[in-house]
Amino acid sequence: MNVHVQGCTVAAEAAPKPVRRENGQREVFCGLTGIVWLHRKIQDAFFLVVGSRTCAHLIQSAAGVMIFAEPRFATAIMEEKDLAGLTDANDELDRIVAQLIARRPEIRLLFLVGSCPSEVIKLDLSRAALRLSQKFSPAVRILNYSGSGIETTFTQGEDACLASLVPAAPQARTGEAQLLIVGALADVVEDQFIRMFDALGLGRVQFLPPRKASVLPDIGPNTRFLLAQPFLTDTARALEDRGATRLAAPFPLGVEGTTAWLRAAADAFGVAPALFESVTHPHRIRAERALVRYRDQLGGRRIFLFPDSQLEIPLARFLSRELSMQLVEVGTPYLHREHLAEELRLLPDDVVLSEGQDVDLQLDRCRLARPDLVVCGLGLANPLEAEGITTKWSIELVFTPIQGYEQAADLAELFARPLVRRAKLVA
Amino acid sequence: MQLTVWTYEGPPHVGAMRVATGMEGLHYVLHAPQGDTYADLLFTMIERRDRRPPVTYTTFSARDLGGDTAELFKTAAQNAYDRFQPQAMLVGASCTGSLIQDDPGGLARALALPIPVVAVDLPAYQRKENWGAAETFYQLVRALAGPSAPAPGTPRPERATGVRARCNLLGPTALGFRHRDDIVEITSLLAKLGIDVNVTAPMGATPADIARLGEADFNVVLYPEIAGQAAAWLQRTFGQPFTRIVPIGVSATREFVEEVAKLAGVDASATLASASTRLPWYSRSVDSTYLTGKRVFIFGDATHAVAAARIASDELGFKVVGLGTYSREFAREIRDAAKRHDVEPLITDDYLEVEAKVAELQPELVLGTQMERHIAKRLGIPCAVISAPVHVQDFPARYAPQMGFEGANVIFDTWVHPLMMGLEEHLLAMFKDDFEFVDGAVPSHLGAGHSAAVPQAVPADPVAAAAMASEISVVWASDAEKELRKIPFFVRGKARRNTERFANENGVSTITIETLYDAKAHYAR
Repeated sequence: MNVHVQGCTVAAEAAPKPVRRENGQREVFCGLTGIVWLHRKIQDAFFLVVGSRTCAHLIQSAAGVMIFAEPRFATAIMEEKDLAGLTDANDELDRIVAQLIARRPEIRLLFLVGSCPSEVIKLDLSRAALRLSQKFSPAVRILNYSGSGIETTFTQGEDACLASLVPAAPQARTGEAQLLIVGALADVVEDQFIRMFDALGLGRVQFLPPRKASVLPDIGPNTRFLLAQPFLTDTARALEDRGATRLAAPFPLGVEGTTAWLRAAADAFGVAPALFESVTHPHRIRAERALVRYRDQLGGRRIFLFPDSQLEIPLARFLSRELSMQLVEVGTPYLHREHLAEELRLLPDDVVLSEGQDVDLQLDRCRLARPDLVVCGLGLANPLEAEGITTKWSIELVFTPIQGYEQAADLAELFARPLVRRAKLVA
Repeated sequence: MQLTVWTYEGPPHVGAMRVATGMEGLHYVLHAPQGDTYADLLFTMIERRDRRPPVTYTTFSARDLGGDTAELFKTAAQNAYDRFQPQAMLVGASCTGSLIQDDPGGLARALALPIPVVAVDLPAYQRKENWGAAETFYQLVRALAGPSAPAPGTPRPERATGVRARCNLLGPTALGFRHRDDIVEITSLLAKLGIDVNVTAPMGATPADIARLGEADFNVVLYPEIAGQAAAWLQRTFGQPFTRIVPIGVSATREFVEEVAKLAGVDASATLASASTRLPWYSRSVDSTYLTGKRVFIFGDATHAVAAARIASDELGFKVVGLGTYSREFAREIRDAAKRHDVEPLITDDYLEVEAKVAELQPELVLGTQMERHIAKRLGIPCAVISAPVHVQDFPARYAPQMGFEGANVIFDTWVHPLMMGLEEHLLAMFKDDFEFVDGAVPSHLGAGHSAAVPQAVPADPVAAAAMASEISVVWASDAEKELRKIPFFVRGKARRNTERFANENGVSTITIETLYDAKAHYAR
C-alpha cells in the first residue's frame, strides 16, 4: 500500500527504522491521568478511581487547577481494613458507589477505574462492575478499566477507557459502510471535522468517545474507523473484534497529516478526487500560509522529544517535514509499529527513535546533544531550563486542541513560543 | 474506603520527599510503580525548583511482579548511589511498593553501601503527608545523630561563659508554606538576641549537619507538624529543651523572643524594645476601623490556623466565625483554640464539608489553603492563603515570611488587601444612591455618548434564576427588588441571601421593602 501525501508517493517497503529500547526509571504519568480530559469529554460520565491517596493526589496535581466545585471524578481511597479482606473491600466499594450515585443522580455512566494498589491486591473490578450494574441498571451503566501505572502509561488510560466502551456499544443495523472517528478530540476540532466530512458527502459520522455516554456509536462489520490518536491499541483491537475495519493513515497533525488522514476516509468511501481537492484545498492553503512564519522561527532548530504521550512520532513527522526542524531523538513510551507504519515511513531515514525510558541515561544523552528545544514532562522542564536548555511541556500537547487544519499553526506556536521567549529575555 | 474528591495532603511518601528534597547530599530510593514520579512536578512546578528532587523510583510494572522486584530495587539503589554519590540514603516504598513486601531497608543493607542507609516504613493506607514528613525527619535524626548521643542519664554540660548560645531550627521542608523566608526571619531575630543557629533542618541541611544536631543548646520548633517528634527525641536523648511557641503574629513573636531568651540565658529586653513592626499601628490607625468585627473563617494546618485565629481576633479586631484543620493529629490544638474563640471546631479532610461550612457561615474573609481559595472564589468572598497546601502563586518572588515581626507586616497586607479600604467603603456607603452608582451607569468622565444599560429585572442566567427559585420559596415584591438594586453590587448578594434567610425563618412569603429593612436590622452588628 502506498500513502499519498500532497502529490508525493512514499514507498511502503522502506526498511524498519532501528529503535533504542530502554527499561529504567520512567518520568511519565500513569493511565489515571487520562481522567482529567476524559471527564470533560464525556459529559454524563463519572470516573471513580479505586486506589490510594497517591492516586487522588496524582489526579489533582495533574489537573493543576482546582476550579470545579465537585468534578465528575473521585477516588475511593482504600484503607488498611480494605487490604485485609477482599470481601470487605467489595462491600466497601458497593457502599461508596451507592453513596456516589445518590449524590450525583445525573450520572448515566460510571467507570470503576483500577489502580496500582487495586491491581496488586487483585480486586476484581470487572465483577464489581457487573454486580453493581445489576443493582443500578438501567439508570446507570457501570463499566471498568485499569489506569494503573503497572499496566498503563499516561495516554494508555484513554485507550483502556475507550476499549471498555466498545463492548457496550450497540450493534450497527445498517448495511451501509459508516465512518467512526476514534480518540478524544476537543469539541471544536470534532465540529470542524464533522463539517469537513459533511462536505465530502460521507453521511453519518460517529465519534468514540461520544459527548454523551447515553448515545454510544453503533458498531458492526460495516464500520470503518479512523484513529484520531496514536495510542489506541486495545480500542482498535476491540473494534476489530466486532468486525470493524481500521483505515490506515497518518494522524491529523499538521497540514500533511490532516490531509492524508482525511484522504484515507475519502478513499474508503469512494469520494471523487476532484471533490476531495475542492473541499480540502482552501483549508490547506490557509493552514500552510499560517505555518510560514513558524517555519522561519523553527527551521533548522534541533529538537529532542522525551517519551510522554505516544504523540511523539506524529509530532516529529510534523516538525521535521512541515517546519524543517532537525530531530535529535524521538522518544516514545510505547511504539505500535502497525498503527504508526504510515508515520514511520515519513520520518527521515536517520532518525533516532527510542522506546521506553531510563530517565537518567536519556538526560545524559540530551545534555550531550545540547538541542535547541526539549519536549518533556513537568518534572524535567524547570531543571532543564535551569541548565540553559529551552523546553516545551509535553502535557500541553495533550490538553490543547492541536489536530486538523485550523490548529496546525497553533501546534507550531506551542514549539515556537519557548524559543521566542528565551530570545526575548535579557535579564 | 473513603470517597475523596480533593485531598489536602498527599500520601506519606510525599512527606518523605519534602524532607529529602529540602536537604542536600541525601538521596531517596523509592520502591514505586510508573506514575508515582508525578510527585516530582510538585517541586519543580509549584515551588519552581531548579533541580529534580533527589529521588529514584524503581518503576516496577505488572510483568515485574511475577519476577524479581527485589532485584529491581537493588539495582536502582546501587545505580542511584553510583550516579549521585550521596552522603546518606533514604529508602522506602510508596503505597503500591509497600503491598509487594520487598523490605527496601533489608535489601539496601544487603548492598553494603559505604554510607548510612535509613529505612522509613510509612503506612500509606493509614497516614498522610505531614505525618510522613515528621516520621521521616525523626528517623533521619535518630539514625544520623543517634551515634553521638551521650549515655542515658548523662546531664547536659553547662555552656562555658563567654560562648554564645546555639540552637537548631527544626521543621522547614521543601514545598512548605513560606518556610524559605521564615528561616531567614527567625535566624536574624535570633542573631539580634545573640543566639547562633547551629543547624537548620531538614531544609538546607546535609546528613553531616543532622549528625551534629546534638551540639546545640536547644531546639526551635518552627513547624510542630514536622519537627515535633524529632524535637521530643532530641530532648530525651541529648537533654535539649525545645520551644513551644510558634512566632506567627506580633504577640506570639514577642512571647517567642522571651521563650528563646530564657532557654539561651540572654536578656530579651533590648530586642523587644527595638522590635519594629507596623501591624499594631496600622491596626490602630483609623482606616482600620472598618476591620472591626469582620467575620472571618479560618482553615489550614493546625499551627497556622491557631496562629491566624489569634491574630485575626486580637491583632486585627476581626470576629472568628469558623476555625478548623485537616490534620487530625492536631485536633486537640484546634479544639482548644475553638473554645477560646467560642466557635465549633471543624476537623475534617473532606473538602466538600469545608465548602458547605463556608457557604453556611457566609464570612466576609476566608483564611485558608489553596482549597479554600477556590471555595472563596466561587462564593465571591475575599480570601488570603495562610497554610499549605499551596499553589505556585504562594511561592512569591519577594521576601514574604509569615513568622517574626516582618511576618506580621506581611500578614497585615495579605489579609487586608482582599478587603476594601476603609475610606473606600465609607464613600461607597455615602454615595450608594447617587445616580452614577446605579447598575449600568457609565462613569461621567467617559462621556455622554455612553448610554447606561437597561437594568434587567431577572438574573441574566436563567439556570441561576431557576436554581435560586428552587432553593428559595419566597418571592420578591417588585418595589423590594428595586430597593435591593440600590445596594452596592458587592454587598447586594449578601443582602439578598440574608433577607431571604430572614424571610424563610420568619415565615414571610413575599419580601417587601419592610422585610428588607427588617432583615437589615436583624443582621446589623
